[in-house]
Amino acid sequence: MNEAGSILETEKEIVEEFALFDSWDDKYEYIIDMGKKLDPLDPVFKTDENKVRGCQSSVWLAADFQNGKLYYKADSDALIVKGLISMLIRVLSGRTPVEILEAKLDFIREIGMTTHLAQTRSNGLLSMVKQMKNYALAYKIKDPLASKN
Amino acid sequence: MNAALTIPRTLDITAIRQEFPILNREVKGRPLIYLDNAATTQKPQQVIDALVSYYSNYNANIHRGIHTLAEEATASFEQTRDIVQAFIGAPSREEIIFTKGTTESINLVAYCWGRNNISSGDEIIISNMEHHSNFVPWQLLCQEKNAVLKIIPIDDNGELVMEEYEKMLTTRTKLVSIVHVSNALGTVNPVRKIISLAHAVGAVVVVDGAQSAVHLDIDVQEMDCDFFAFSAHKIYGPTGVGVLYGKKALLEAMPPFQSGGEMIKDVSIEKTSFNDLPYKFEAGTPNIADVIAFRSAIRFVLECGKEKIRRHEEELLDYAHQELEKIPGLKIIGKAKEKVSVVSFIIEGAHPQDIGILLDNRGIAVRTGHHCAQPLMDRFCIPGTARVSLAVYNTKYEIDELVKGLHKVVKILSK
Repeated sequence: MNEAGSILETEKEIVEEFALFDSWDDKYEYIIDMGKKLDPLDPVFKTDENKVRGCQSSVWLAADFQNGKLYYKADSDALIVKGLISMLIRVLSGRTPVEILEAKLDFIREIGMTTHLAQTRSNGLLSMVKQMKNYALAYKIKDPLASKN
Repeated sequence: MNAALTIPRTLDITAIRQEFPILNREVKGRPLIYLDNAATTQKPQQVIDALVSYYSNYNANIHRGIHTLAEEATASFEQTRDIVQAFIGAPSREEIIFTKGTTESINLVAYCWGRNNISSGDEIIISNMEHHSNFVPWQLLCQEKNAVLKIIPIDDNGELVMEEYEKMLTTRTKLVSIVHVSNALGTVNPVRKIISLAHAVGAVVVVDGAQSAVHLDIDVQEMDCDFFAFSAHKIYGPTGVGVLYGKKALLEAMPPFQSGGEMIKDVSIEKTSFNDLPYKFEAGTPNIADVIAFRSAIRFVLECGKEKIRRHEEELLDYAHQELEKIPGLKIIGKAKEKVSVVSFIIEGAHPQDIGILLDNRGIAVRTGHHCAQPLMDRFCIPGTARVSLAVYNTKYEIDELVKGLHKVVKILSK
């Protein structure tokens, strides 16, 4: 379990936080702030292998599997993308592979960030989610215990 | 010279804007400010009407139909060919081949001319500012034929280093393919000089006119290029239509591109003989509606007057340069003496993607990224730029809004 509560609870928290903002600029400023608070990613993880494809900016995503749970680390050279991925990490990090695979992540739509999910935006939020879920799938297959959770 | 003749009447931009229905829409609650015209231009009502009229009144497959609708559709389709011929000053209508875009036009030359004329050790010259569509086809051809691809370098202003180009030309140079106007920098290249130097060593020259056809006066005979490629959708026309102009003798000697209907003369079990130009290169049912509507786009440009459009865009471009440079940390990439319509820039500490997203919040559409010109971005050691590209309907007010927006963007990103 993530100390902040379930995936849905964390999503709801984020939606409530965004409800405080009226303008798009304020929403994006908040996203950027969240990105700035993301734990720094050790440069050793900034490899081609960890690069998320389909992003206009560079995004690196690494995952750690401990005690049946996945922990994500990431960085990006673009601030908004970094903020977006920090939200995904807040929601998905510290979860079991099954929880991650089942997450619908409706909060993205609810906070008005669906444009970032569109293929056309090449902002890569979709690719990031896919990559995070790929890690979960890989660990689910690798660790028979994980699939029982 | 009579001074009165050189002062053109200015365009009524407010009236012109009214011809573009999309300019009435809002994005994120603000009026759309469309500054991504090098990617594609918006379409005037007469282009939209031409599409609707074709499908509503005379939709039919062309060329072989005996009925009235087929005759009307054929006449209208072929009329566009005549207009395009005049638009670029081609000597004959047979030299105008409809494709689906500039990319296909260039690929057609690479396949049909390239594969028959390039052999091991031959040399092809392109430049460091090519769009990938005028880069990759030649790279692949050279790999396939074991030929040599040479790249004309560019200087810090974004201009071709012509001395280097001259040194590159040898008796092995078979083809030079060069962009007329850079999509990422706006640089206008000295194509006439490039062509005459290439011809002196017997090389064939392809000019990528994707960005130039809308801004510059094109006369392929005066330019003396061997091939000229461009797209309708960057000239206020529909997507899915491109043009390849080629000199008749070259086109006639080339094998067909694709095969099937339309491009044949006779088909028997033993042998197929090919149709005459231009149909030899137009296999299958063409993009009839969009070719027809392309004529309305050209009419729109001619009604405005290219010279007048250019003056308007030049004024806006100068203004944009002047105002953008006042933004702290902003650096313009590409400061060629001869340039049109495009301002590419980076801002210190701001990723172009962030700039693009935050401008979109204010209804401002710009392009960010490498602009399909990665070798060019590598040349400037940058991952990409934000690019503003102008069209006839843009205004000073929109530049002011852009600048205001950028000030806000810088504030947000530098917090």
